[in-house]
Amino acid sequence: MREEVIISGRMNPMIDPQLNIWHWHIPLYLFLGGLAAGILFFAALYTIQGKEKLYPAAVKRAPFITPFILVIGLLALLLDLNNKPYFWQLYTTLRLESPMSWGAWTLMVVTPISFIWCALNIREIFPSFDWKYGWLKWLETFFIKYKIAMSWVLLIFSVILGIYTGILFSAFNARPLWNTSILGPLFLASGLSTGAAYIMLVSRSHAERIMFSKIDIVLIGIELFLIIHMFMGFLASTQVQIDAASLFLGGPYTAIFWVFVVFLGMILPAILEVLELNKFRVPVLVPGLLVLFGGLMFRFVIAYAGQASRWLY
Amino acid sequence: MRYAMVIDTKKCVGCSDCVVACQTENKVPIGYARDWVVEVTEGTYPHLQMEIRSERCNQCENAPCVRCCPTGSSHYSTGGIVLVKPRRCIGCGACITSCPYDARFPHPKGHVDKCTFCDHRIKEGNGPACVEVCPTKCMYFGNLDDPGSEVSKLLRQRRYKTLIPEAGTKPHLYFLT
Repeated sequence: MREEVIISGRMNPMIDPQLNIWHWHIPLYLFLGGLAAGILFFAALYTIQGKEKLYPAAVKRAPFITPFILVIGLLALLLDLNNKPYFWQLYTTLRLESPMSWGAWTLMVVTPISFIWCALNIREIFPSFDWKYGWLKWLETFFIKYKIAMSWVLLIFSVILGIYTGILFSAFNARPLWNTSILGPLFLASGLSTGAAYIMLVSRSHAERIMFSKIDIVLIGIELFLIIHMFMGFLASTQVQIDAASLFLGGPYTAIFWVFVVFLGMILPAILEVLELNKFRVPVLVPGLLVLFGGLMFRFVIAYAGQASRWLY
Repeated sequence: MRYAMVIDTKKCVGCSDCVVACQTENKVPIGYARDWVVEVTEGTYPHLQMEIRSERCNQCENAPCVRCCPTGSSHYSTGGIVLVKPRRCIGCGACITSCPYDARFPHPKGHVDKCTFCDHRIKEGNGPACVEVCPTKCMYFGNLDDPGSEVSKLLRQRRYKTLIPEAGTKPHLYFLT
C-alpha cells in the first residue's frame, strides 16, 4: 500500500484544504455579463445590417434588460471584493496581462453604451415619453446620427466581454480545470446562446423567434463541440488536468454537470427547438428558460469545480 | 540581486518556531499564517520516507499573482521579492486563485496578505524572522546572484528541489533534500 500523509500546520480555513475564495458572486456576474454580451451582440449586428424592422425584439426590446443586469452583475462583483471602498483602483491602471483589468475596462465601454442604447429606443416603447431638456434632445440626435459607429464599437466589445468571462478563469495556471483556452470561446458561445434565448422569450414576431431558435441550435451545437473538445484536451494532458476532468467524469461534479448543464441546459432545449421548427407546438418559454438556467448552472459548476482542482505537491 | 531562501529538509524538525516567529514579527491576525509546516510521509511500508518542510510564499520569478493583479498592487520589489501594496489592493481574490502554492490569504482589513521575506528586516540588515529563530539553523537567506553567499554555496553543493517546478513559476524557495 502506498501511503502519503500530509499534515499541514497552515491553520488557514480560507485556503485549506481547498481554495474557497470565490462564491456565488462570480458565477452570477459571469452569467449576467455573458447574457448582456449575447443580447447586445445581436442588437449591434442587426443594426449594422439594417434589419431593425425584421428583428425588433433583438434590436430594441431585449436590450432594455442589459443596463439592469450589467449593474446587478457589477454590484455582485463589488460585494465579492474584500476591500470594497478601493474598487476604483481598477480604473487607475490598465494591465493587459490581467484579464480582470481589461474586463473592467471593457465593462466601462459596454455599460454606458447599453444605457444609451435603451435611451435611444425608449420613445418607441413609451410614445408619450419626453426628454424635457434641450441638451438631452441634442444628445439623442447626436447618438442617432452615430448609431452605426456605436453599433460597431458595441459589436466588438460585446464579443470581448463574452470571451473575457471565460478567459478570466483560464488565466489561472494554478487551477487545472480552468487552465484551458477553450473556456474563452465556450463562454462566448454560451453567452450568445443565452442572449438568443432571451430574445426568443421577449419576441412577439413568429419569424424572429424561428430565426433565433435556429441561431440557438447552432450555438448549442458549438457549445457541445467545445465541451467535448475540452475533455479531449484535458484527458490528453498532464495528470493534474486529467484529475480536473475526472471531477466531471465520475467525480463529485459529474451529475450536476451532465444532468443540469449538458442535458437540461443544452440537449433538451435544442431538441425542443428542433421539434418546434418541424411544426410541433412547443411553448417558447420552455426551451428559452432551460437555456438561461443551463447557462447559469454552467458558470456555477465551472467556478466551484475549478476551485476544487489543484496541483499536486 | 535576487533574494532566495534555502531550507534544509534534513535538519528541519517541524517545531513550527518559524510560524510563531512570523506571526509575532508581522502581527499576522489570529487564525491566519504566512508560513506553515508540512510533514509528508511517502512510500510503501516498511520503506517509508518522511520529509518536513517549512513553506511560505515562493517569491516566484515568474509570479502568476503579479501577472493577474488588475490594479498593480502585487508587484516585484527589491531583490525580486513579491509584495502587496495594501492601499492599491481591492481584494478581488485573483492572486489568491492564481497561486499554485495557496500562499496568500485575505487579511481581515480587506487587502491580501502573504510572506514578504520580512523585507522590513532585510532593509535593516537583518534576516527574515523565521530564519533567525530557527533552533536547528535549517533555514538560510541570501542573494542568489552572489556566488559567495551561503545560499549559492548550498545550492552548488547539495541536491535540492523547488515546489511544482512544472507550473513554470521559477520559485525562489529551495528545499535541500
